[in-house]
Amino acid sequence: MLSLYLFVITLNLSCAQDFENKVITPENVPFMAELFIDELQIPWGFAFLPDSSVLITEKSGELIHFSNGKKLIIGNTPEVYQRGQGGLLDVKLHPNYGENGWLYLSYTSEEGDAKGGNTAIMRAKLKDNALVENQLLYKAGPNTTKGQHFGSRITFDREGYLYFSVGDRGARDDNPQDVTRDCGKIYRLMDDGSVPKDNPFVGKDGAKTAIYSYGHRNPQGLITHPGTGEIWDHEHGPRGGDEINIIKKGANFGWPLITYGINYSGTRITEKKEMEGMEQPLHYWVPSIAPSGMAFVTSNKYTDWKGSLLVGSLAFQYLERLVMDGTKVISREKLMEGEGRVRDVREGPDGLIYVAIEGKGIYKLVPKND
Amino acid sequence: MKILIPIYLIAVVFSSVFLFQDSELKESMKRGREIYTDFCVTCHLQKGEGVAYTFPPLARSDYLMNEKRESIKAIKYGLQGEITVNGITYNSAMADLGLEDEEVADVMNYISNSWGNTSDSIVTEKEVASIQK
Repeated sequence: MLSLYLFVITLNLSCAQDFENKVITPENVPFMAELFIDELQIPWGFAFLPDSSVLITEKSGELIHFSNGKKLIIGNTPEVYQRGQGGLLDVKLHPNYGENGWLYLSYTSEEGDAKGGNTAIMRAKLKDNALVENQLLYKAGPNTTKGQHFGSRITFDREGYLYFSVGDRGARDDNPQDVTRDCGKIYRLMDDGSVPKDNPFVGKDGAKTAIYSYGHRNPQGLITHPGTGEIWDHEHGPRGGDEINIIKKGANFGWPLITYGINYSGTRITEKKEMEGMEQPLHYWVPSIAPSGMAFVTSNKYTDWKGSLLVGSLAFQYLERLVMDGTKVISREKLMEGEGRVRDVREGPDGLIYVAIEGKGIYKLVPKND
Repeated sequence: MKILIPIYLIAVVFSSVFLFQDSELKESMKRGREIYTDFCVTCHLQKGEGVAYTFPPLARSDYLMNEKRESIKAIKYGLQGEITVNGITYNSAMADLGLEDEEVADVMNYISNSWGNTSDSIVTEKEVASIQK
């Protein structure tokens, strides 16, 4: 018995994380989910304007402005390459939107000579229900007809740098580990699209100088930590091995040389889970929840939720709450089970949580009065 | 003998048509397999087993076998609304995948002839093109 006990202890100590796969469904939740914006197909991203109206990207290519209970389709939006996971993807406002009016969009674009498409980042201003002053800031290459892994989440850090993700575009052996190629990367730009002089690969022969970190698979969560100002991402693993990472300048996050996942066919991609010079995730999911959308709770609206990390699950169709202690995941909860594929989650200017669900719309989590 | 020669010729023509169709199907399935790995596997999984109540199965799916036209339409344009597959109701959305007609035909041939599924007729690009929203 004692030896079994010791064995269990050793096993626990040897694990990279304590709560592998353990997710609980709470009996009581501190909210009621209320459908706030209905009849959306695939609301990929959304952002609150200063007047509390909402901009929503539909993957199909429509940019919707939801104001006073009505939906308006915004004109002059970019032509999107509609294929597989591609389309009109994220939307994010400039940190000084109130002064400069810049909004940022990610989408898949056919721009360039080769057949297919790849991830593009643009900025524009909103005027009379149309985009104006459209500027293409970055277009990843080369184009490919592969349907997967566009990445596409956008965030700004406290100094105003623009960060965005581009997935490996289904070419894991070519792209993520090669900094002379796009895809499988997190990028950092100035808000006007120029490359910061101190980006990690500036001056490196042949490198794409917009790259900030590499070795990523498909990050569909990218946010700035409200307390530390660090950039956090989550990314889809293959079968198993979805990860949460803290992004570091010039760092290699290992894909596909190290992973906690395996191929969909069940065969191994690599035996290695760690390697010298490569970053370890802060958390990994086995099996894959297929994470999309990411938000920290900063308000006191929901009992003890402040500081928790919220992540949408496409595969298992729920909203996950990760109770955090700094960079450590303490426990995990399943919320809104069975409502549908959770594509995005954000905290609104009112401190409430908003959740975008495919085929449904955007839900507001109305706090329950205790 | 006189009657044997035409029979022989007919047999040769038939079997060569059959063999030709067979290799055509194999080629189409091969391309379809690639499309499947790219666009479908994340939800419908490696053996077409799907996830009960969430992503309908393709393997031994009565819907796929009996509703060929609707299945092609779903792959071509995406699918919204309720469907019943093997007695279970599904009501989530499948996005428009943006596939070309030939790719729809290829992946249709792959899923209709894999994991215990069999289909007597090959889906062609022309057939896919004729199906409208």
